[in-house]
Amino acid sequence: MTVSEEIALGTSGFLDDRASRAGASFARRVAKFATLARQNPLGAMGLVVIIVFIAMAIFAPIVAPYAPTEFAGRNNETMSSSHIFGTERLGRDIFSRFVYGSRISLSVAVISVLLGGSIGILFGVVSGYMGGMIDSIFQRTVDAAIAFPALLLLLIITQALGPSYRTIVFALMLAVIPGVTRVVRGAVLSEKNNQYVEAARASGAWAPRILIRHLLPNVVALGIIVMTTLLGGIILAESALSFLGLGIPNATSWGQDVSKARDSLPYHIPAVVFPGMAITLTVLGFNLLGDSIRDIFDPRLRGSR
Amino acid sequence: MQTFIVRRLLIGVLILFVLSVTVFLLLRIVPGDPAIQKCGLNCKEDQIKAIRHELGLDKPYFPVAFEGGAPFLSFNTASQYGDWLQGVVTGDLGTSTVNNRPVSESIRKRFPVTLELMILTLVITIFVGIPFGVVSAVWKNSPVDLLVRFTAIFGLAVPVFWVATLVLILPQEWWGYAPPLGGRYVHLMDNPVDNLKQFLPPAAVLALGSAAGVMRLTRSSLLETLRQDYMRTARAKGLRERTVVFSHGLKNSLIPVVTVLGLQMAGLLGGAIIVEQIFTLPGLGGYTFLALFQKDFEVVQTMTLYAGVTVVVLNLAVDVSYAWLDPRIRYS
Repeated sequence: MTVSEEIALGTSGFLDDRASRAGASFARRVAKFATLARQNPLGAMGLVVIIVFIAMAIFAPIVAPYAPTEFAGRNNETMSSSHIFGTERLGRDIFSRFVYGSRISLSVAVISVLLGGSIGILFGVVSGYMGGMIDSIFQRTVDAAIAFPALLLLLIITQALGPSYRTIVFALMLAVIPGVTRVVRGAVLSEKNNQYVEAARASGAWAPRILIRHLLPNVVALGIIVMTTLLGGIILAESALSFLGLGIPNATSWGQDVSKARDSLPYHIPAVVFPGMAITLTVLGFNLLGDSIRDIFDPRLRGSR
Repeated sequence: MQTFIVRRLLIGVLILFVLSVTVFLLLRIVPGDPAIQKCGLNCKEDQIKAIRHELGLDKPYFPVAFEGGAPFLSFNTASQYGDWLQGVVTGDLGTSTVNNRPVSESIRKRFPVTLELMILTLVITIFVGIPFGVVSAVWKNSPVDLLVRFTAIFGLAVPVFWVATLVLILPQEWWGYAPPLGGRYVHLMDNPVDNLKQFLPPAAVLALGSAAGVMRLTRSSLLETLRQDYMRTARAKGLRERTVVFSHGLKNSLIPVVTVLGLQMAGLLGGAIIVEQIFTLPGLGGYTFLALFQKDFEVVQTMTLYAGVTVVVLNLAVDVSYAWLDPRIRYS
């Protein structure tokens, strides 16, 4: 609430100072954003959490007091001023690993959701517009993919291709495609009956042109909304793979840190708690933001998750 | 109704076929040879060859193959996929390279564990998710509602493996209590208390996310129903509030909830892999995971097929239950 109020106060001052058109339109956008943030405090909170984590990922070397792999202290130290979260079993600083871990989780999730989401939007548009046989094939495949334990398939794919950054992005990308395809297809089905599609067809436009120039722009927004709601789940899946030992080898990842802390005796509670908390906070941020974005842009989808 | 079920079953079989072929091919690109895995490090060429023959790895992949790129099909009576499928159908699944025991015996012994875990998880999901959803919807925006919603948001965000680890470790550190571990399965009939000590923690952890999802959906669905005209009618004719909310409201808002319960089963089967691993339950999830790491392809194929069958059948059951929940829905 305080953040959105600050933004709101800032804008009103901004409006008084500059009356130029560009400034005013920018200010109006900020004001609109502030109103949205005030109406959706939880979404605003999610956005703040995500911005903090993204900043942490980008500026990790500045934020973290030690390198993630540096043996910075004795092993299993409790929280102190030099190690605010303590150190783990090998004496590495837990806070530094907390900070660096965000790089893997965020980049893997964002890249795979962007790739998978784009393919899903494309599939959805083609499937919905073409109908008939092509639509059936797409939809049965999506049925199979949605009905199947995603984690098991992710495990098989990563095991088959060998765990690496590329494999994991690829596997998670596959997990994103079906959900996006289904929602976008539904939107295309109702969209393609509009007159503008008919007009385009009457003017002799061929199918790919209608798809790309006319239908795609009208469903992209929906696809992006679905993609935002999927981000949290993808981060959970990535961390689960890491936990099970099929994550990116030799990377600083939260899932692996929980796994290692669980395997080493005697237990050191902070080494278990903080990496897991990092995952929870990130996923929480993305879920809150995704829900709000969905509610704002498309009330029909409310409660669909 | 019958034609609907038959059609859905046929589509289900088709889905399972595509799935099994995909998984079959995926597993063939796993680097490393199961024969070498089984034989050990210092193994002679002809020994490997013998083991490959014994495991059937020298056979072609599929019973039907294209010869030399030309469109002439060749049929093989013995093939890896064909033999495996035959084994699944006849129940003779061969011997696992994981523990040199018959696969069907391992599955028979481990199946009750996973079944109990799944049933308990489902029970917790329903009996926590739906009542809290109702409370949250009926007292909308009250402190109770806010608390329940906040908990649900958290329930959807926490990683299963983390909560499971904490549930195991924290009581041990604080009170020296550990749930019975070690992979021995206590049957429910033999010792109900020990059995539940073993199964309640993992089931509760697994149910956390699904209960949160069910709660949120029950809430939004019931809120939608409570706005309907017939709710006002029900109140106006003097029905008790309880009857109004439960018989008129809840029953009519359950359809999306049941759908999601069906869809969640797939996720829960995946979650079982993690939870069985952490709580060392000797179930099918842990078995599949072990087989995947030991490169026992056939076991992984069989387990994925079984998981697929479970999900297809459950989703069909969900669709059929719509007709009971909403008499307006008829299948033809």
